[in-house]
Parts: sequence; C-alpha cells; structure tokens
Amino acid sequence: MQAKPVTLKVLDIVSILLLAVSAYLALVFAPTELVMGDVQRVFYFHIGTAWTALIGFVLAAVFSVVYLITKDLKWDRLQVAAIEVSLVFFLITIVLGSIWARPAWNTWWTWDPRLTTAAVTELIYIAYFMLRQGIDDPDRRARFGAVYALVGGISAPITFFAIRLFRTIHPVVIGGSNAEAEGGFAMTADMRVAFFFALFAFTVIFIDLFWNRIRLGDLQNHVEQLKLKVTL
Amino acid sequence: MANKVNTVIDKTVKASIRPHVRERARPSASFAKAVSAVVWKDLQAEFRSRELFSAMLVFSLLIILIFNFALELDIKTRQSVTAGVLWATFAFAGTLGLNRSMAIEKDRGCLDGLLLAPVDRSAIYFGKVISNLAFMLIVEIIVLPVYSVLYNVNLFQPGLLLVILLGSIGYVSVGTLLAAMSVQTRTRDILLPILLFPVVIPVLLAAVKASSGFLDGATLADVQMPINLLIAYDIIFIALAFMVFDSVVEE
Amino acid sequence: MITVKKLVKRFGLKTVLRGVDFDVQPGEFVALLGPNGAGKTTFLRILASLSRPSLGEVSVAGYRLPNEAAAVRARLGVVSHLPLLYGDLSAEENLRFYGRMYGIVDLEPRITEVLEMVGLDNRRRDLVRTFSRGMQQRLAIGRAVLHDPDVMLFDEPYTGLDQDASSMLDEVLKTVAAKGRTVVMTSHDLARAEELATRFDILSRGVITATATHKQLKRTNLLTFYKEALVS
Repeated sequence: MQAKPVTLKVLDIVSILLLAVSAYLALVFAPTELVMGDVQRVFYFHIGTAWTALIGFVLAAVFSVVYLITKDLKWDRLQVAAIEVSLVFFLITIVLGSIWARPAWNTWWTWDPRLTTAAVTELIYIAYFMLRQGIDDPDRRARFGAVYALVGGISAPITFFAIRLFRTIHPVVIGGSNAEAEGGFAMTADMRVAFFFALFAFTVIFIDLFWNRIRLGDLQNHVEQLKLKVTL
Repeated sequence: MANKVNTVIDKTVKASIRPHVRERARPSASFAKAVSAVVWKDLQAEFRSRELFSAMLVFSLLIILIFNFALELDIKTRQSVTAGVLWATFAFAGTLGLNRSMAIEKDRGCLDGLLLAPVDRSAIYFGKVISNLAFMLIVEIIVLPVYSVLYNVNLFQPGLLLVILLGSIGYVSVGTLLAAMSVQTRTRDILLPILLFPVVIPVLLAAVKASSGFLDGATLADVQMPINLLIAYDIIFIALAFMVFDSVVEE
Repeated sequence: MITVKKLVKRFGLKTVLRGVDFDVQPGEFVALLGPNGAGKTTFLRILASLSRPSLGEVSVAGYRLPNEAAAVRARLGVVSHLPLLYGDLSAEENLRFYGRMYGIVDLEPRITEVLEMVGLDNRRRDLVRTFSRGMQQRLAIGRAVLHDPDVMLFDEPYTGLDQDASSMLDEVLKTVAAKGRTVVMTSHDLARAEELATRFDILSRGVITATATHKQLKRTNLLTFYKEALVS
C-alpha cells in the first residue's frame, strides 16, 4: 500500500493555510457592506463553495461519458469522488445562502434559480448514491451510476434555466454595478481581493479533497482485492 | 444415361448436406416491426388484465381527492392551482405505471427474452416508451373530465391537451430509462420516484406554467417559452436514452 | 459450431470463469455438468450473448461475440429455468410476439407447427398463467425453436418438473435435437443427461476439468466420471 504522496501532504497543508487566509480576508480584511452589514461576509465562502461544487458537477458528467466509452472502473471511482465532494460543497453553499437570506430578505429560503437548482442537484446526488447502494455488481453499479449522473448532469442546468422563466430575488453580483438589483451590491477593490482569493482558495481546497477522496477509493478497491485473495 | 446418373448424384449430394451446415439467409425483424411488436404486446397484455391501468386511474382519483381536502380551496384559489394539482397527480400516478411495466419484464425473465431477439436494444426502449405513454395518456384523458366535473372548470382546451402530450412524452422518456435501471436494483419500486422526480422537474415547471397559461386564456404565443422548453427536453432526453439504453440493459 | 478460447469472466473483483476452453461440433449434444456455483449459468449466458466476456474469444455459429451478437441471436434458441413468457397472453400470442421479434415470415403456420410439436395445440388460446410449470416449459422450448435456430442452449430445463412433465420434456428435447441441431444443456439430473447427450463436460470452479463422449464412458458410468472430475 502506497503512503500518501508528498505532494498531497503538502497540498493538505496549503489548503488549510489558504482556508485560514481566506477566512481572515472575508471576516476581517474586507470592509463591512453598507446595506446588509456583516452577514454579507458569508458571501465569500458561499460563492467559493458554489463555484467548486459546480466544477465537481461538471467533472462528474464528463467522467460519466468517459466511463461509458472506456468501461474502465477508474473513471467510476473518480466520479464517486467528484460527486461526494460536490455534494458536501453544495450543502455548504445552501446553508450559507440560507444564513445570508434571512437578514437580507427576511426569509430562510428563496425559490430563486441558483439556490433551488443547488437543492435539486443535492437530491440528484443523494438519489445517485441510493441507486448505487442497491446494486452489488461493481460493473453494473458503475454503469448505472454513470447513466444517472449523465441524466442529472443534463437535467439540472435545464432546471436552472427553467426556473429563470420566473422572477428571481437572487442578487446579481457579478457585473452588477447596478446596485438597484434587489439585494445586489457593488464590490469595492478590497472586497474584490477577498472575493477572488476565496475563489482561488476553494478551488485548491476542492482539488485537495477530491484527490484525497480518490485516494480513499483506490485504497478501498485495494482492500477488496486483498480480501478476495485471502478468502480464496 | 449420363444425365440420369448426374441427377441421381445430384440428389444424393443434396440430401446428404445437413441443413445446419448450409448458410441460410436469416430474416430479421426491422426496427419498426420490433417496436410495434413490443407496443402491441404491452397493450394486448394490459387489455387482458387491466391491472396497471386501473391502479393508475384509481390512484389518480384518490390523489385528487386528497388534494381537495389537503388544500381547502375556495373557488378563486382553486383556479390558480388546477395546473399544479393535475401535474402532481400525473407525476405520482405515472410512477405506478412505469414501475409495473418494467416489473412485468423483469419478473418472468422476459427482459432476457427481449434481449435475445436479434433487434437493436433501442427498439425495446422505444416500444416501452410508446406503450407507457399510451397508458399514461389514457389515464390522463379520463382524469381530465373527472376533474372538470368535480371542480366545475373546463379543461378541454386544445392548448392544455398539447401541454399534456408534450409533458407526458418527456416524463415517460426519462421514466422508462430510469425504471429499466431501478427494476434491476434491490430497492426496486421505491427507488424510481427518488431517481425520477429531481430530473423531471423541468418538465413539471414548464408544463404547469404552460397549463396555467392556457387555463387563464393565453394564446400559444404567450406560452411559447415553456412549450419550447418541453419540446427541447423531450428531444434531448429521448436522444440521450437512445444512446445509453444499451448500457442499462446489457451485462 | 461453438468455439470458446480462454474465456474469463469477472464480476468486479470476483472471477467466475477462469480460462474456459470449449469446442462443440455441429450436431453434438453436450451436457454441461458441475456443482452449484461452478459458473455454468454464467457460461451459458455468455454463449447466449446476454453477458460479455471479460477476456478470451467466443464464437457461436461462426459469428464472434460480443461484436456480432445480433447475427448469433438470430441462430440461437435459449431455454432457461425462467419461462420467459407473458402470463397475460395466450400461448399463440406469446409465440406470435416472439415470431415478430425474430422477423419470421409465414408466422401463423409456423406457430401451429411448433405448438403441435410441443403438444400444446389444444391449449393455444389459453392464457399462459393458467399453464402448469411443465406446460410453460414446453411452450418455452417452442418459443426457442420458433425461428429454427442452429444452436440451442438449455439451462437446467428440468427444474421444478414432476415425473410426467419430465418425460414429456425428454420427448420434446429428443425431437428438437434430432434435426441436427447443436445443443448445450446444463443439468443436475445425471440420469437424464446420460440418456440425451452425446458428450459430457464437467465445469468446476470456473474451468472445464473433464470431457468425455458417450463412447468413452462405456467402461465407467457418468456418476463415477463426474465424481472423479470434481476431485481433480
């Protein structure tokens, strides 16, 4: 069994550091927003986790296609890792979004496109794992997982656009120098620093967690192989 | 004399060639024939037992009943939720039909029987989609007048019927694919709604929006967007299912 | 007619078939024997094109699996221990459905011919769910020979049949095999296998451990041969 590669160990430490720095930037460095107050600081992490969850989501769909073409179980392990990490990050996004929504719009939940699609995607992920739970054969499990992840991968964006047919109260932040957009706000230079740093930090954290999870899957697979040798 | 000998030799030679050694041209079912065979078989079997159909119908009526008591609506509010109640009913009752249709194939090993036929796997998919769609549409056609009578609202508008058709196609296309998967897992029936509902939300959204529009007297131009979404969804997912169905039924 | 070279079948990490070599000439009736779990059903499913080999070469009726599976299916008739019949349809409706799926021309006379062959002509309009297990099995054989296949695969056809039904099945099997077809049958019933087959192969723990023709068995009997093959 291989020991943790040095790069990964370094990445672990770097990720923790980046998280700490990002937290400092978000909570201390960035100026307090005029209208919403301190709760707006949640925004930096909220976008950070949302962005990375989205990466995971796209990766999962790509892995589906690659697996279905190559039938190599390695891609299945990659997909499980991507979806698991993405699931957790979407959850954080939703919780942070909720925390932000309460003081900002006086509600714990808003049925706007982004938040709702995140929730629907969570449900798709959970369904994905429940599907896999009910299958014993590893090849079938991988095939069905890939098919469902592909179906979900196409359906979720359509859901997003479908909800946009209705009005949204989600703040339009990017490109929103128009602070009149409900709940929107313009970003100052300092805020931009915190914002982009958070994006960067969370991307690194995502890669770190993703890599760790893949390694976990590989180790699990290795254990299964060893178990089989023993029982023979 | 030489002729006769030749004929005798000819006949002996021909008789000694055992049939299985000769290469015979094999008729194979065309795609369309296979699809129609599957559809016809499903309709025929269902017509005999009417299990699926009566279950879906009764379930639909019960759901409408439950909504009636659960929502306690006055006449005004009722108008605005009609589309939603209808589509919620169809979504729930639909899972019954999808589950049962696939379970029949799985239980007696008939899925193997279908897979043994020298036809493209997608023929099985399309056959199943068409028969599932037929069952769903029949149930919907019956639910509409019942709902109309119970709530004194006219549901027989061509626009609404169009939405119901497009929405059902989308629902059944994805549903058949997912049912083919769920029926092969341990958790079977309970898994289908869990898999299906999150991914079929665009259909529900667009269908309810368009239905409400038509019920409020909108023209086709007004509800163009949700209708387009339904059409796009239908096309995308039928194409996707067509491509991946093999992976779902083969080993 | 059937050529199998070094066939390996894995389910995830479990290997069920470990390099099977199997060669059947046209017209042979092979009884494939072996203990439960030896891989007989898995093997038959691969020959039937219902399952893909992990490694190795398989060709049936001159066509390679899995690439030319459709051509194989047109020449193959399969009877498993499940009836593969629709209970709510009548005997003739079942045959009509399968006939259409196989693209048989002149279907109606063929259906009558087959029903007479399996002794179910008088029950042709009765629903299959009213049939006894023995009758269902006979109809299943009828379904399997409908398209006049060159190769027939039987997986434990005698399972669940009483004496009478088994005798009737004997007759049908003899008729079916008499037309020069190639047959592979798995069975636990050694006595029946000895009576019907021209050759006996033993599959144990994923490989063929022994094979003998009827002539070669003259000295010993099948039971002894079977036991010896399992020990090795």
